[in-house]
Amino acid sequence: MLTLTQELYEQIVAHARADHPDEACGVLAGPTPAPKDGRPQRFIPMLNAARSPTFYEFDSQDLLKLYRDLDDRDEEPVVIYHSHTATEAYPSRTDISYAGEPGAHYVLVSTAECGNDEGPVSFRSFRIVDGEVTEEDVRIVASYEADADVPV
Amino acid sequence: MAIEVRIPTILRSYTDGEKAVSGEGQTLAELIADLESRHTGIRERLMDGEELRRFVNVYLNDEDVRFLEGISTKLADGDSVTILPAVAGGA
Repeated sequence: MLTLTQELYEQIVAHARADHPDEACGVLAGPTPAPKDGRPQRFIPMLNAARSPTFYEFDSQDLLKLYRDLDDRDEEPVVIYHSHTATEAYPSRTDISYAGEPGAHYVLVSTAECGNDEGPVSFRSFRIVDGEVTEEDVRIVASYEADADVPV
Repeated sequence: MAIEVRIPTILRSYTDGEKAVSGEGQTLAELIADLESRHTGIRERLMDGEELRRFVNVYLNDEDVRFLEGISTKLADGDSVTILPAVAGGA
């Protein structure tokens, strides 16, 4: 299960819509060690260095800065998100072969239906460990303190 | 001569969970061979034949070694090498 706030959920969706038809990507960071259901704190949109509708990649210099910054703050990449702009929100073979954070929740957003506009998006979360994909439930809350579900 | 090597989470199974290990070598290739002698299996995760794997980023201090001399990049005492898995994928 991934638990995240409505604010973080909306930030990811807005980023995915804005960058459509290119894939959008980024991280939600949180204190390490993260609880099992995630509970990330901080939205960090990243530039898709590939600027492509079918591929995403963090720029290598941005990647180094990101990890130094996370290290300094005792944080980890709790969620690694990216969008699929023409296909479903499910890890592709490429996604699986590149998945390098066994502890992360991999969030996939599909903007295939909505494009840049308001409209339905699909938002799903997966664990990817040793090439094996396991989907998990996503729970959206107004805040971690209140801990009450928000319908989306 | 000692070089600090920062190890990403996914490779810490090779370093008994250590976030950083120490190694030696005049070049990145020699350093990786040195790491392999104590952390068996790590070379295979970093290299495909004689080249760095596409989805592994290696930095000498702040510089991606792809923009230096790749696997032949020269190292000096006190250098810091950081290994990070690329964050990438696609539809």
